[in-house]
Amino acid sequence: MNLTLKVWRQKNSKSTGNLVDYKVSDISPDMSFLEMFDVLNEQLINKGEEPIVFDHDCREGICGMCSMYINGRPHGPKDLVTTCQLHMRSFKDGDTIVVEPWRAKAFPVIKDLAVDRSAFDRVIAAGGFISVNTGNAQDANNLPIAKSKADAAFEAAACIGCGACVAACKNASAMLFVSAKVSQFSLLPQGQPERYKRVQNMVAQMDSEGFGNCTNTGACEAECPKGISLENIARMNRDYLTAKLFSEEEA
Amino acid sequence: MSNFNSNIPEGELTQKWTKYRSSVALVNPANKRSIEVIVVGSGLAGASAAATLAEMGYKVKCFCFQDSPRRAHSIAAQGGINAAKNYQNDGDSVYRLFYDTIKGGDYRAREANVHRLAEVSANIIDQCVAQGVPLAREYGGLLDNRSFGGTQVQRTFYAAGQTGQQLLLGAYSALERQVGMGKVEMFTRHEMLDVVVIDGKARGIIARNLLTGELERHFGHAVVLGTGGYGNVFFLSTNAMGSNVTAAWKIHKKGAFFGNPCYTQIHPTCIPVSGDHQSKLTLMSESLRNDGRIWVPKKKDDPRKPQDIPEDERDYYLERRYPAFGNLVPRDVASRAAKERCDAGYGVGASKLAVYLDFTANTERYGRIEANKQGNHHPDKETCMRLGREVIKEKYGNLFDMYAQITGENPYETPMRIYPAVHYTMGGIWVDYDLMTTVPGLYCIGEANFSDHGANRLGASALMQGLADGYFVLPYTIGSYLSKEISTKAIPTDHPAFVEAENHVKSTLDRFLNIKGTKSVDHFHKKLGHIMWEKCGMARNAKGLTEAIEEIKALRKEFWSDVRVPGSSDEFNPELEKAGRVADFLELGELMCIDALHREESCGGHFREEFQTEEGEAKRDDANFSYVAAWEYKGESVYELHKEELNYENIKVAQRNYK
Repeated sequence: MNLTLKVWRQKNSKSTGNLVDYKVSDISPDMSFLEMFDVLNEQLINKGEEPIVFDHDCREGICGMCSMYINGRPHGPKDLVTTCQLHMRSFKDGDTIVVEPWRAKAFPVIKDLAVDRSAFDRVIAAGGFISVNTGNAQDANNLPIAKSKADAAFEAAACIGCGACVAACKNASAMLFVSAKVSQFSLLPQGQPERYKRVQNMVAQMDSEGFGNCTNTGACEAECPKGISLENIARMNRDYLTAKLFSEEEA
Repeated sequence: MSNFNSNIPEGELTQKWTKYRSSVALVNPANKRSIEVIVVGSGLAGASAAATLAEMGYKVKCFCFQDSPRRAHSIAAQGGINAAKNYQNDGDSVYRLFYDTIKGGDYRAREANVHRLAEVSANIIDQCVAQGVPLAREYGGLLDNRSFGGTQVQRTFYAAGQTGQQLLLGAYSALERQVGMGKVEMFTRHEMLDVVVIDGKARGIIARNLLTGELERHFGHAVVLGTGGYGNVFFLSTNAMGSNVTAAWKIHKKGAFFGNPCYTQIHPTCIPVSGDHQSKLTLMSESLRNDGRIWVPKKKDDPRKPQDIPEDERDYYLERRYPAFGNLVPRDVASRAAKERCDAGYGVGASKLAVYLDFTANTERYGRIEANKQGNHHPDKETCMRLGREVIKEKYGNLFDMYAQITGENPYETPMRIYPAVHYTMGGIWVDYDLMTTVPGLYCIGEANFSDHGANRLGASALMQGLADGYFVLPYTIGSYLSKEISTKAIPTDHPAFVEAENHVKSTLDRFLNIKGTKSVDHFHKKLGHIMWEKCGMARNAKGLTEAIEEIKALRKEFWSDVRVPGSSDEFNPELEKAGRVADFLELGELMCIDALHREESCGGHFREEFQTEEGEAKRDDANFSYVAAWEYKGESVYELHKEELNYENIKVAQRNYK
């Protein structure tokens, strides 16, 4: 199939960017969206132009690196897939496709479609862990955990940290990302000792990174490629409120 | 200068590691605070090592080329992690895990290392659960296990089809905790481009800040590489696009020997290639072989849909050839068997390079169990299939979704089509028992080193080895070296060795940009991949390998005169990064062929067509090749072979038999 692409080009974080039109032809429906970009970049290199910079790595939907805003939706038109798992059979011949980077104050554009998501790492560093040093763990089966709890923790932990939730949100809020990590640990017995300290530290870091607030539109959940649930935000709010209203002994 | 001694501790096999740990020199807390360790790579091995070293009190700098340590390709590991816990009470033990690993590796791994790996395997599960890694559980609240290839016990722990993700996020959390405390300095979007060796010891690295292009010098009392495998030399593999050999190759050129470069793992169950545009291949976890049956039609070019082919017209060739292990034979055996059927003309799908992986039988079986649980003791087939699908979905949902995304077919309705693809490299930087390379102070961990898996890795053992090295082995063994370095002051980075290394890196980068040729980096990478797959892939022979060596040399020459790298070196320039990685693959590929040519036997993943049994199985030559081939770099295309003899004192070496 033949397609017209309107792609955001931006030299670096200091310059302003703009949408540039490109034509690609003979695109196979079996190609992934990123393979279509490989074809386009090969064309650009052969013409002596600069290829388009975009983040990608595993190309199997798990590393969370790919991050294209396609036709007004993070990761494109299909539900529950990342950009790398979006295939061209989801488009038709003659389509015009607009491709932009994630847009959020806390995710500055580095170049073209690549953005800086290091704010997420700093949020994790502020509390997204259980403080246990290597070498002192008890036998794993000494701590039975109800399957329902373990499964719920796993579902929250399935977040790939791509940032689609932030890109989808009109407030560029990171609540879904942060709450997924908070939930994973607050659902598990291992996470209890630091439960209330964790939520406060992570939220404080999230706020200082410049993410917006949550106004419950649910766009994050709708666009999350891994189906992370809005319930996590409710759970985080509950923990946060508890932590603010009560002392740790009372909570 | 080089230090080629495996340094295996004396004593009985089962006591070596225990004794080593109690006698290894220690570094006191005050001294640890002034000792700096560089860790390159942030996957399971790198992140766990960086976190643990920092917990112990060392000053750590950690580097990764991705935008976050959480993206390292360990994240994509699907099926699981082995541990000798014997939670299933099926007779597992440290010895059995050790034995299975040595046998699975076709008797080409070091006994002492593998036994240590089996010993610490149980600690890994404990550690990960303590970190809050949500491994799969049974209704009673205890951990669940599943089976993997090459074993007859259930010792594989898992988290759906995302075990690597969950374990990596555990290690990443531990790492970020140390970053938050200021004990690890994290450098993301940085690529190591050389190691700095001063007076014969590794003392730092040259790293390129990929965003600004700036070259940076970093000092360390020791340098640890956990930079993964080199499967991308084949262009198409299950590796991430960025996975590369560059850091390992740079240290190889600075004196670290490269062990068994030809040992490559071709994974039997991947989604087949669909066309020339393909940029990578996707694995379908080995755990699917638990519940899937592999078959091809008995009739060549059978035009019927798989569902329409009756049972007695199907050839379940793994069950036919290997009745004892059936669909759970090790990966190398399963891959070759698939290739044999396809080469013989029984392949399926448009390319005829695929076989079926069919879940119908187990879906029905699971459904029957579920129906019985619900009190329906005589369920019809439809009910069984409906209930069984739910079970399959819970076990492998994400894999089935991925398959559907990529192929456009529904694997719940029709069998998957699969074919072998490059997945893992058992070869890598040679290390001794301490995981130290032949360069003092330079360590290599995880997939990047050669140890533990011999000529073939068993499923669910990569995660085990990465975390064993990072959490439980290196943090101890590195003390043996660092305890002698406590009076070494940090070397200023204006030392001539740093200047020289940086200048060398800079001139290479300039050289790429100044060629201004006509063909893209990918063009050369694809050509190299084609040579490697055809002539140094699943089956190799002397003629093909000899040709491949010449073809690679010619391709390398063409690359250095005709590659086109756009942009400049002082900006974010992914094409320039790729050029550096492909340039290194063009050298590594040649060494892999040299190694494959010299090893005149078949073992594990290394299958030389000239050396096979009458039944087409790999035929080892223990009299002449029971050694690790460690190659020393002596200049372009010149490598000197060093042999580390493998002595089996605790295992009777035998022809592998999975029948």
